[in-house]
Amino acid sequence: MAVQTLVGAITSTLDQALAADKDIIMLGEDIGLNGGVFRATDGLQAKHGKDRVVDTPLDESGIMGTAIGLAIAGMKSIPEIQFEGFLGPAYDQLVNHAARMRTRTRGAVTVPMTVRVPVGGGIHAPELHSDSPESIYAHSPGVKVLMPCTPYDAKGLLNSAIKDPDPVIFFEPKRVYRTFKEEVPDEYYEIPIGKAKVVSEGEDLTVVTWGATMFQALEAIDSLPEDVSVELIDLRSIYPFDMDTIAESVSKTGRCVIAHEAPLTCGMGAEIAARVMEECFLNLEAPVQRVAGFDTIMPYYKLENEYLPEAPRILQGITECLAY
Amino acid sequence: MTQATAASNEQSTMNTAKADSPASGLAPTAKTAAELPKEVLVKWLYDMQLIREFENRTMQAYQQAQIGGFCHIYTGQEAVAVGTIGCTNHDDPVITAYRDHGHALARGMTPNACMAEMFGKTTGCAKGKGGSMHMFDRPNWLFGGHGIVSAQTPMGAGFAFAAKYENEVMGTGKKKVTLCYMGDGALDQGCFHEAQNLASLWDLPVIYILENNGYSMGTAIHRHTANAENLIDRAKGYGIKAAKIDGLDIMNIYNEFKPIVDECRENSRPAFIDLKTYRYQGHSMSDPQKYRTKEEVDTYKDKDSIAKLCSDLMNMGHIDEAGWKSMRKEISDIVRASVEHAEAAPIPEASELYTDVYANPQKNLSPTATYTHGTKNPLM
Repeated sequence: MAVQTLVGAITSTLDQALAADKDIIMLGEDIGLNGGVFRATDGLQAKHGKDRVVDTPLDESGIMGTAIGLAIAGMKSIPEIQFEGFLGPAYDQLVNHAARMRTRTRGAVTVPMTVRVPVGGGIHAPELHSDSPESIYAHSPGVKVLMPCTPYDAKGLLNSAIKDPDPVIFFEPKRVYRTFKEEVPDEYYEIPIGKAKVVSEGEDLTVVTWGATMFQALEAIDSLPEDVSVELIDLRSIYPFDMDTIAESVSKTGRCVIAHEAPLTCGMGAEIAARVMEECFLNLEAPVQRVAGFDTIMPYYKLENEYLPEAPRILQGITECLAY
Repeated sequence: MTQATAASNEQSTMNTAKADSPASGLAPTAKTAAELPKEVLVKWLYDMQLIREFENRTMQAYQQAQIGGFCHIYTGQEAVAVGTIGCTNHDDPVITAYRDHGHALARGMTPNACMAEMFGKTTGCAKGKGGSMHMFDRPNWLFGGHGIVSAQTPMGAGFAFAAKYENEVMGTGKKKVTLCYMGDGALDQGCFHEAQNLASLWDLPVIYILENNGYSMGTAIHRHTANAENLIDRAKGYGIKAAKIDGLDIMNIYNEFKPIVDECRENSRPAFIDLKTYRYQGHSMSDPQKYRTKEEVDTYKDKDSIAKLCSDLMNMGHIDEAGWKSMRKEISDIVRASVEHAEAAPIPEASELYTDVYANPQKNLSPTATYTHGTKNPLM
């Protein structure tokens, strides 16, 4: 059992995967010699070779297309897109091709590919380097979308993603790459895709969140009076997502707050709120409350904390939902 | 225009000074750099040293966490921006990638506006909303500053299209050349090939200036692009005029680049220039630089473009030791003042989150919980 950061758990999981399966090939910008911009692949090229941890040119469309070709041909490809904004040039390959290949060929051709992408704000970077586009891809049938926020979950979900027969986007919340450590088992394990985690049980209100916002929600909940009991759910899988766990919780508590970094409109919170309304209508004590980023471009630096759904705003959402 | 006002933080005024004067806003007409007026050559030295000093201060400010995000330093490449922009008219459009502070200053952005932008302050060129990678200056015909590698190359074709249309269809009679800068990493993106095809197909007067510093982030050119020694052949494949130019000697840049600018302007055709240069710092401020040795960096520092121009100008009698010293002092003061300005400038109001997203702010966008950090949520 090793104590690891989120990024450390990702590096060691990739290391073990490369060692265990010769079909795995990783591609990305500066992931080899330089070990990746966030050092997520540090040392992997030296250990597993240039043929398997491949430094690419800066060409996201080429990286994604090549990774799709590799996967179709029987390899398991793990491309890294350096920042979520750089998915733009690769969007055509990912959504118009990888996502649709199985359907288009009636199952004859599949794309077992795991696209690793650092995501989200909180590191003082500007737009294209701080965005939260998860709902765009959740809205693209054919790809699965994950966003773990703890080292333990990262390892289990990354293993599941690599094993999955379909394309998976594995978003890594960069803000919490190194902010805390926890024990991660050395041996191989999986966490099922599509299963949320109940972080803490409660009776009065359900908070649903994911990514780096999880830690803001924890902070908000910590500052509540002791007699308020909140059930906190880390969604982890953005698509498919675990509506059963959410519905069970909201049916019990009667109140739901959803928090995410992405802009409010058509964010994943909108889908969850609609489903809660469909499945828990008769149990609801208050309207579902969303605390999200605003419908604006991710601002630069000095306004970043104004944009992000930090603990005080989540606390306010909880308070208003409880008071309704 | 004196040196002091040229780069001071006051708004520069373009007047009707004589041709070959930087104040005219027109490209010089001299055939060779050696024939250029002293005023032009000394201004080049001034601008290059301004960029060098500005970037050194930028690094300090970044290390002190006064600048957010990512920061790409231009030191080593000063001759490219100053030399190539020095071959253009002031209203020839310029567009570049994210290593853009040098182009902004060479185009006439004030150090105050440039520094404040990086500090995220309201007096920045984009009200502190763009940051280091997004320098825009409409009055000086600078259209970014773009954060996605090569994304600016098709846009460069678009500016050239507009200029050609204005001239040939609208009949303005004004022939403009667009300068579109790119790093060697941008060679590999698909959109650059699309841009070259369109530029040649439609006879667009755009010059793609490859600032070939040998590295695409941390990947050396022979590891990231095919046939790296012979890049100009690619452009020729699209029927585009291409040339390889030593980018460390600004006099040489003028001699070889100026005729190409004139030709593209006159004939309304694109060009591709492989300008060999070198960056002294890492790709960004957070680059471990495992991909090159200190010795390699030192080899290039021995061929420093500012030292070369300074020595040339001293040999020509255009500047002496005392003049060079006082120029550096003046620049140092201006740059220090820009840092002080940026420190003192106000942070944008939280309401700026919603400005300039659309022309007309839409009510009921993002009806989220009441805004608690700063000002009241303007849409609530």
